Amino acid sequence: MNHTPAPKAALHAPQQSHNSKTTASGVKQWFKKQGYRFAPWLFFISLLILWESICRLGHVPTYILPSPSSIINAFFNVSFSRWMVHLWATLRVALLGFIVSILISIPLSIALIRSELLNRTIYPVLVVIQSTPVVAVAPLIIVLMGTGDASRVLITCLITFFPLVVSTTTGMLETPQELIELSQSLRAPRYRETWQIRIPYAIPHIFSGLRVSITLAIIGAVVAEFVAAEQGLGYFIQFSTSFFKIPQAFAGLVFLSAISLLLFKSVHWIQAWLFPWSLPKKK
Amino acid sequence: MNVMNAFSTPSIENVAHNDDQATQKETTPNAYVRMEDVGHCYDPTPDGPMAVQHINLDIYRHEFVAVVGPSGCGKSTLLRMVAGLLIPSHGEVSVFNKPVTEPRDDVGIVFQKPNLLPWLTVKKNVLFPLKHKYGHVSLEDKKRADELLTMTGLASFADKMPDELSGGMQQRVGIVRALLLNPDILLMDEPFSALDALTREQIGFDLLDIWRDHPKTVLFITHSISEAVLLADRILVMSKRPGTVLDLIDVNLPRPRTAKDMNSTRFCELTETIRGHIYEPHSRA
Ligand SMILES: Nc1ncnc2c1ncn2[C@@H]1O[C@H](COP(=O)(O)OP(=O)(O)OP(=O)(O)O)[C@@H](O)[C@H]1O
Ligand SMILES: [Mg+2]
Repeated sequence: MNHTPAPKAALHAPQQSHNSKTTASGVKQWFKKQGYRFAPWLFFISLLILWESICRLGHVPTYILPSPSSIINAFFNVSFSRWMVHLWATLRVALLGFIVSILISIPLSIALIRSELLNRTIYPVLVVIQSTPVVAVAPLIIVLMGTGDASRVLITCLITFFPLVVSTTTGMLETPQELIELSQSLRAPRYRETWQIRIPYAIPHIFSGLRVSITLAIIGAVVAEFVAAEQGLGYFIQFSTSFFKIPQAFAGLVFLSAISLLLFKSVHWIQAWLFPWSLPKKK
Repeated sequence: MNVMNAFSTPSIENVAHNDDQATQKETTPNAYVRMEDVGHCYDPTPDGPMAVQHINLDIYRHEFVAVVGPSGCGKSTLLRMVAGLLIPSHGEVSVFNKPVTEPRDDVGIVFQKPNLLPWLTVKKNVLFPLKHKYGHVSLEDKKRADELLTMTGLASFADKMPDELSGGMQQRVGIVRALLLNPDILLMDEPFSALDALTREQIGFDLLDIWRDHPKTVLFITHSISEAVLLADRILVMSKRPGTVLDLIDVNLPRPRTAKDMNSTRFCELTETIRGHIYEPHSRA
């Protein structure tokens, strides 16, 4: 984000250096560069200031819209250990559901690609599961499987697996036909075609799916907590709202979003670390 | 020379091989690759449209045959049938008197796009066919890959990733990959058509050098008439779909060929003839 505007700054610089000294233009350019660099932060901070002033000058009641300062206050009024308890509860379910989802989706995708019969029989079932609103099914799952982690993990799985199946199968099908022919012309065993050609080709797609899924995993965990839980950030938000502790609910929401963003970024970092070739080329 | 060891002589008996390129036509009377009334129809229903039909062609051992023809006339289909990737619905393709019923070990294929694997280095890409076929590569194989890369001037790129190479270099790697298993038959489907004109000419001459030092039976598909004339011993000209043989032309230009040959009268005659076939297919068929 910080880098993209830089060439633009460089493009504009020569026009200005036209009638001013080189050092002056250098300084100007430096300011411009830093300006671009911090623009997103400045914008964000101005938004917060605007929000704060509307709340203060307009005397908006905190139960309608709490000001940023009251949210920050509420955040620090909750003890660190309490935050950690809730965070761990949500993260545990989200990550467990996410991992189970990966463990199911990828073998399933391979099976779907390799067998036309499975593709014809299982795929429609997957679409039906995907199009059933999980929020509606969640209470049923809790009734069936109890209020333990297992049912919450299952709810998370139901929400996260489909993007993974779609992205993995799409990636595997996009493998160039010539490479499949190369494999056939070598009479290589079929599993090597899958592992040495199709799966690596699907890596960029798989990671797009993972990025979508990890944020859905958080949503899945929160949905499960809304239905039945005594811990977790979703539970915390719901509980704070029902006691009219609106700034505290907002604090929970901000924390949840931050965690979501961090997980999303982590998937990207893992991709950059393990499969640097699969990232789009930098200009 | 070290490089020469890279190619062990293929162990097929009774085939006298002539190293003298100028007399390439003195091949054994037996055809090496034989197509007998070959035709193919992708549509499984009876009376479906034929993609190619009535192809009769004998390719001699270590001969360089080019195929030209309009787009969609079935050139790639023909190549797939020789590769054993596709079994013709009519007629038969045989190599050294043995019908082709499955992909053969002595065939290397080069595609229009380099189709390198972006997650492997250049050297690992070259070694990929072995790794893919047998699951492991030996030290000897690695040495062979190094020799091939040196021979094609790619040694310093061995550890680079494919996307760090230019299009021409990538295609060279694709050719080296096809040469790794030391195939006796090299099938090339428009291998240079993604390259710019200059690179294309250069890589064509490089291919001729490799072919001179390590003779192979080459089936070379191209859209470029001049390229076909410049490289090939014989040229198969195909008609529009359903593809049939319009003409089989002996090039008879002396070897080694250079860019100067493109100005010779023989060269111009040949390109004119082929062009005539392609633009007025009924005048001669
Ligand atoms: N897998 C396939 N299934 C059905 N029809 C096919 C298939 N592959 C090719 N064809 C048809 O067979 C004909 C010949 O195709 P082919 O790819 O061999 O042509 P080509 O001469 O290589 O063309 P180009 O010069 O454009 O590469 C075409 O009309 C095409 O539509
Ligand atoms: Mg083709």
